Amino acid sequence: MAKYLLLKHYRGAPAAVNDVPMDRWTPEEISAHVQYMNDFAARLEGTGEFVDGQALSPEGTFVRYDGEGRPPVTDGPFAETKDLIAGWMVIDVDSYERAIELAGELSAAPGAGGKPIHEWLEVRPFLAAPPTTTECLFHG
Amino acid sequence: MDEALLRSLTPSVLGVLVRRGADFAAAEDAVQDALVEAVRVWPTDPPRDAKGWLVAVAWRRFLDAARSDAARRRREDLVDAEPASGPTPAVDDTLQLYFLCAHPSLTPSSAVALTLRAVGGLTTHQIAQAYLVPEATMAQRISRAKRTVSGVRFDQPGDVATVLRVLYLVFNEGYSGDIDLAAEAIRLTRQLAATFDHPEVAGLLALMLLHHARRAARTAPDGSLVPLAEQDRGRWDTMMIAEGVEILQAALARDRLGEYQAQAAIAALHADAPTAAETDWVQIVEWYDELARLTDNPVVRLNRAVAVGEADGPRAGLAALAALDDTLPRHTAAAAYLHERDGNLTTAARLYAEAAHKAPNLAERDHLTRQAARLNTHQRR
Repeated sequence: MAKYLLLKHYRGAPAAVNDVPMDRWTPEEISAHVQYMNDFAARLEGTGEFVDGQALSPEGTFVRYDGEGRPPVTDGPFAETKDLIAGWMVIDVDSYERAIELAGELSAAPGAGGKPIHEWLEVRPFLAAPPTTTECLFHG
Repeated sequence: MDEALLRSLTPSVLGVLVRRGADFAAAEDAVQDALVEAVRVWPTDPPRDAKGWLVAVAWRRFLDAARSDAARRRREDLVDAEPASGPTPAVDDTLQLYFLCAHPSLTPSSAVALTLRAVGGLTTHQIAQAYLVPEATMAQRISRAKRTVSGVRFDQPGDVATVLRVLYLVFNEGYSGDIDLAAEAIRLTRQLAATFDHPEVAGLLALMLLHHARRAARTAPDGSLVPLAEQDRGRWDTMMIAEGVEILQAALARDRLGEYQAQAAIAALHADAPTAAETDWVQIVEWYDELARLTDNPVVRLNRAVAVGEADGPRAGLAALAALDDTLPRHTAAAAYLHERDGNLTTAARLYAEAAHKAPNLAERDHLTRQAARLNTHQRR
């Protein structure tokens, strides 16, 4: 039982196989895509593996502390290449292999022409609390 | 209302219904109904025989549900099959429930969820909280698990190794929120040990107690990890250690060694040492050798290499480590530690930093980063 984040990128990831921008899909293709994602989430809820999923706006802002009362705001230090995250899903699965299997399925969401997009998804494990039996043996 | 009593009676009541032929999911629903009824009625009208009361109410609920079921024929069969009422041996029923909930057809997370629900008597909400998943997700996980085992009959003895693995998984989840899963795992293993006489069940119980006894000393107030050697041994629970050692010795005396007994023996040697320096590392290496014979677990060999480093010096430990696959979890951390002991601080600092990147959890990552930082700042001076 470990939690994984499946990250969907707007850009920054390698190009999808079926790489047509969404605004050039037909409305039916978009509906089919959204339906696929919803069905996928519903199915994971059914298997007891769903934790959370959200879509993110493509617009983001970079902020940092820069002294009292004036946090500078920019659209990003690397506007050309900035890696925009489109959304995420958090799953709770029995093994890394299962996480990879599910990410592979999610990547097959239909796109232009009703064909799977084959987009790249990033899979990252959550850092959790240490298990009870982790004895810090070789740290002391 | 004694919630602990209700929770401890739940599995045996459920076991009676299942043995009488009730479908697992339906039996579980009926027992939940009976528990709700108990909470309502008992404060003003306490029963003389709590378990008998629960069995009677749950069975009546189950029959009501079965009667209203469309499957008329099946219902009649069930009523026909109803055994005469009378005293029922609680022992076997509870044991069967353990085996059912840890059935090999279930995934580990489903088995864990079902065990906590059916044997442990926890609510779905509590289990979901402990595992930090939405309640709807956990409810589905449990109902799928129930469906998976609903056709399983109790005509064959279950696999005790699977049951123990599930309990150990629960124990290792530690705790979060209001349910302490480690304590819950100990409670369930105690219950199992009381009904099932097996040296490995005793071995697992001893192992859990010996680990749990040191829990207070294992983390600092800020949540950071405290290495074994630096733990305040005054904060170890000596009563719990004594109990664990006693259970372990009785199990070992039966001469049917298994991996949990061997692990418990190692934990006992750590718990037994008045100071870290007085740890009997030679004997610990011997137990790791025993453990390596019993299991094909590479993590055992990794821990053994570290123990060799303590018993025969860091060079010997590094040699043992070099024989192992360096992609093993915590291999880099072990190498960092042994290099530091060998006086090779630059290499150790680099390896600690590398190990921090691969750490499986936050506390361990922070700990390893601090180790790297400690060596790096030390060398700058």
